[in-house]
Amino acid sequence: MSFWSNPILVANEWLTGLLADLLPEAWATLISTIIGVVVVSSFGLILVIFLIWLERKVAARFQDRIGPNRAGPYGLLQTIADIVKLLTKEDSIPEKADKLTFNLAPIVSMIAVLLIWAVIPFAPGWIGTDLNVGVLYIAAVGSFGILSILMAGWASNNKYALLGAFRAVAQLISYEVPMLLTLLVPVLLARSMGMMTVVEMQSTWFIVLAPVAGVIFLVSSIAEVGRTPFDLIEAESEIVAGYHTEYTGMKFGLFFAAEFLHAFTVGVLFAILYLGGWRGPGAEQYPILGVVYLMAKSSIGYFIVMWVRSTLPRIRIDHMLDLNWKVLTPISLALLIATAVLDKLFAETALRVPALLAGNLAVLALSWVLVRIMSRKARRERQVFKKRPEARAVQP
Amino acid sequence: MEQNWLFIGVFVAIAGVFPLLPIVIARILAPSKPNHIKLETYECGMETVGDTWVQFKVQYYIYGLVFLIFDIETAFLYPWAVAYGVLPMFAVIEGVIFILILAGGLFYAWRKGALEWS
Repeated sequence: MSFWSNPILVANEWLTGLLADLLPEAWATLISTIIGVVVVSSFGLILVIFLIWLERKVAARFQDRIGPNRAGPYGLLQTIADIVKLLTKEDSIPEKADKLTFNLAPIVSMIAVLLIWAVIPFAPGWIGTDLNVGVLYIAAVGSFGILSILMAGWASNNKYALLGAFRAVAQLISYEVPMLLTLLVPVLLARSMGMMTVVEMQSTWFIVLAPVAGVIFLVSSIAEVGRTPFDLIEAESEIVAGYHTEYTGMKFGLFFAAEFLHAFTVGVLFAILYLGGWRGPGAEQYPILGVVYLMAKSSIGYFIVMWVRSTLPRIRIDHMLDLNWKVLTPISLALLIATAVLDKLFAETALRVPALLAGNLAVLALSWVLVRIMSRKARRERQVFKKRPEARAVQP
Repeated sequence: MEQNWLFIGVFVAIAGVFPLLPIVIARILAPSKPNHIKLETYECGMETVGDTWVQFKVQYYIYGLVFLIFDIETAFLYPWAVAYGVLPMFAVIEGVIFILILAGGLFYAWRKGALEWS
């Protein structure tokens, strides 16, 4: 196998051979692991520099502006300039803050996002580590992000920051429920929690087998990142800047970078779980093509996230929680039942794809009807409620 | 398997070092001239009244509790989903009944008004 078709494998073999000659086996394993970790995590960090530029450019286009265009060609060096600026800004820690937690929170938020990249399959054989509980691992480390927000809001000893953190608790943990349930659907269809296996099992993409689950996963992931229309945790018109009100300089920069990287990670996860990951023509022979396919597919999800962000206004907190608990969670439970039963009934037959697709659409239609009935009922109740004070007013 | 978890362990350590690095660099590069007024709690120029760490709306905690139940019960469904390929129809129906009980819990919380924001 030539270097260009699979550079990681060739480099890995060369490195393992080199280390095996020089060091005892345990040390060789440790050092090759460390090198693997540095490669995977620095990929994420370098990506975020580019992502911030990309998002600013795309958001600018949505708002009919040009966006950053001064630093470097097409403004590509804008993020570097921002980093230099943030590095030279004074880092002020409020007197009343809980210092240890305050300083730890931005680091935890970055760790939480980076850890997801440990199990991302980039191409056949290119994966940080193929955990056999990969999907569960993603669900687990994803919750660290919530912890960092709560830490930041609590430690700042600022009322706005604490309000932001409490909203984060209500919002992020609520949206974790449909996210976990829709993570379960690909696991069910692939019969494995390993990320590599999930991709390998997608000879038909899971978005075809479970379109509604895919959309719910994307929506609840947007809420998990805390982006518009779900950015109540940092609603600037109500609570200044939410949980990072008191943060300055590089610590704010870390929260910012973690959010951008998380938004792209959502796109990557959507691509892996529902759009077939690295699968594409020629990806088996030339793994480097797999990376290209994965990044292209991830951009679809990421672009949707950006599009939604620039289109929709922020929604009210009670509406947001109602959407989650009264719409998304019941639908994802129903989807799970439909997928489980139908996939068992039509497991090996040609009818598998149409049956699952029909099941999804039936659940969607049924829930649409139920939501219509419920919203009519709620509107009627609201109107009755509105009339009552007037009726009282006319009495003597 | 141990090698996989070694990777995760090393990853946690290195993922901790990466964000620490810019903070340390900033500490060297950035000016540091703190004073009392600068380090006060930021409330758009107003002085803070009272303590921040006080009792808050109970609704946040109720959502927390409902989440906790769901989270644990969903975690129970993951092994079922992994074994799904070898399960007979009977076991799948059992899983469905478990999900229905989960849904029952949701509707109970709903009827009890735990999901109302007011």
